[in-house]
Amino acid sequence: MSITKPLLEIRDLHVSVNDKAILQGINLTIGSGEVHAIMGPNGSGKSTLANLIARKEGYQVTQGHLTYLGEDLLTFSPEVSASLGIFLGFQYPIAIPGVTNAHFLKTAFNAQRKAQGKALLDAMDFLTIIKEKMALLDMPETLLYRALNDGFSGGEKKRNEILQMLLLEPKLALLDEIDSGLDIDALKAVAAGINANRSSDRAMILITHYQRLLDYVKPDFVHVMANGKIVKSGDKSLAIELENRGYAWI
Amino acid sequence: MANVQSPELKKIMEREYSAGFVTNIESDSIPLGLNEETIRLISAKKNEPDFMLQWRLQAYQHWLTLKEPHWAHLKYAPINYQNICYYSAPKVKPQVNSLEEIDPELLKTYEKLGIPLKEQERLSGIAVDAVFDSVSVATTFKDKLATLGIIFCSFSEAVREHPRLIQQYLGTVVPYTDNFFACLNAAVFTDGSFCFIPKGVRCPMELSTYFRINAVATGQFERTLIIAEEDSTVSYLEGCTAPMRDENQLHAAVVELIALDRAEIKYSTVQNWYPGDKDGKGGIYNFVTKRGLCRGIRSKISWTQVETGSAITWKYPSVILRGDYSVGEFYSVALTNHRQQADTGTKMIHMGAHTKSTILSKSIAAGFGQNNYRGLVRVTPNAHHAQNYTQCDTLLFGAHCGGHTFPYVEIKNKTAKIEHEATTGKISEEQLFYCRQRGMDTEEAISMIVNGFCKQVFKELPMEFAVEAQKLLSVSLEGAIG
Repeated sequence: MSITKPLLEIRDLHVSVNDKAILQGINLTIGSGEVHAIMGPNGSGKSTLANLIARKEGYQVTQGHLTYLGEDLLTFSPEVSASLGIFLGFQYPIAIPGVTNAHFLKTAFNAQRKAQGKALLDAMDFLTIIKEKMALLDMPETLLYRALNDGFSGGEKKRNEILQMLLLEPKLALLDEIDSGLDIDALKAVAAGINANRSSDRAMILITHYQRLLDYVKPDFVHVMANGKIVKSGDKSLAIELENRGYAWI
Repeated sequence: MANVQSPELKKIMEREYSAGFVTNIESDSIPLGLNEETIRLISAKKNEPDFMLQWRLQAYQHWLTLKEPHWAHLKYAPINYQNICYYSAPKVKPQVNSLEEIDPELLKTYEKLGIPLKEQERLSGIAVDAVFDSVSVATTFKDKLATLGIIFCSFSEAVREHPRLIQQYLGTVVPYTDNFFACLNAAVFTDGSFCFIPKGVRCPMELSTYFRINAVATGQFERTLIIAEEDSTVSYLEGCTAPMRDENQLHAAVVELIALDRAEIKYSTVQNWYPGDKDGKGGIYNFVTKRGLCRGIRSKISWTQVETGSAITWKYPSVILRGDYSVGEFYSVALTNHRQQADTGTKMIHMGAHTKSTILSKSIAAGFGQNNYRGLVRVTPNAHHAQNYTQCDTLLFGAHCGGHTFPYVEIKNKTAKIEHEATTGKISEEQLFYCRQRGMDTEEAISMIVNGFCKQVFKELPMEFAVEAQKLLSVSLEGAIG
């Protein structure tokens, strides 16, 4: 991957939540087009890292820095970072009763287009686009007209996260345990969505406990986190070794 | 939580109430204060028949024996009933034959409010009765409606032109003895709308009244009476605004609805009286009695209200389900921001057999707003197999507002089936973050979440009103988070 400027650069990042140190010196560089997998046991700080990059409030950066396209990411609000191409696929997608999925998706889509200075799409054009993406994920159209994540099954929620990624075409997608709680069909659909999103100008970070997702999505890099640090980095073979030997090995 | 200090949010928070302008028009106002002479003067100015004057005077005598009620969960400075002007009218001839005769200032006022009175300029078929301070200034589409036998006119005109109907129905649902504010209204009411749908007629357009308080220190006491004869239907809309003034102004209206056999009345309100400023200065005191009587078998009365204005709201649109198989509905969104207070809800009185009622209340409190749902479901001994479903949901913003629910249930018949559900919640930071992570700003996210919360009620509103209500809600809530 020859690129001039990395998409995301994290240097010696220390982060606390309510004065408790969670991240303790993270170093990570992500270039455009790369797919990274971050693995590690519960409580190792994976979700904290993803939420911080997506600019969720409530995290104190005590040391180090984080740059996105050469700019200090910590100065951005969640909506600004979103319109600059950062996407977080939620581990637990949030329900909004009374708001249809279609309305939510269109509002999000147009909010980003507006911020990017692009023309807004009307309902008809939007539906054409979204239905095409849904077909790819094997999602029924009826899901557009149900309230967002309200009563969705685990598989429906996760597919809907991937749908949003395909719709918004982010430069950097963070997928937090997108594979948890999925049966094999849903896992395959989600993996197909992730693979469809791969391109030379889009990077992804897959946060996962298991290497089974990585059977379908081949990462360029695998990192292992423990106690708020990246303790090992390698290629796909690292994930397999980890699966065989367990986290105790590291 | 979102950063309340951002300049953008601050600007929005300080945005002014958009309907708060004053129309410069000469008014014919009577001196402040209330006594028998005031009432005779009002009645004389309106050329009323004697029965009307006598009814007013009886009401006034009764009112003198009553005390202002204070059981509601509301706090406000005492009202000085002698410091109110009980009649104010634009000085031009109030009852006009054509719109050309209306003072251009008045036409401009309604246009500014988005209510063009010129019929040809209205996009959709909505007939409007415009009430300015104490009098009705225009009623549109009257002739077209008359061909169907529908009477839609100002209340004053109805008293003069249709005294038989007035005598037959006035006070049959809300008698002047009902309560303090309804009694005051009976004594001093100045105008309002009257609507009569004859047997078997489905009213082909929405009927609408637009109330506007303009004059200073003026109370508005309007009275609306809607009668739907057998097998008729009507949908009625009510909108209200007032200028921004530092003093509180009193609004004490009465609405009576009567549905005969198989008749249906749908009454929708978007109430946006001036709510006072962010520190609670000024605003309308809204003390309103609204009640419908399902007199006939299989009749139906449905109230939908969106309450975003007023400093104080005291209002319980109710249905008396007297006819067997009659249906009562109450759908409400009430929002209180800054220092606004609302005590609102409904009463469903089941008297007939197999009567059915639905109550759906959505309360939103922000800032220092206080929002109370108060509702009564009563099933009388003869109301066999009555059914009620009640759902009350409250959404709170921040730590300084309050939401309370006071549900009263009185069941005197064992066959009744009553269900009640209630929830109280806050907009979660998780929901906000989820929306913002997808690119929406905080205001947009709140607006979306709140509109979702109110959706079940909004879908009961006529299309045009639903859009207006959504916008109004967003504007009223801007700057609420902090």
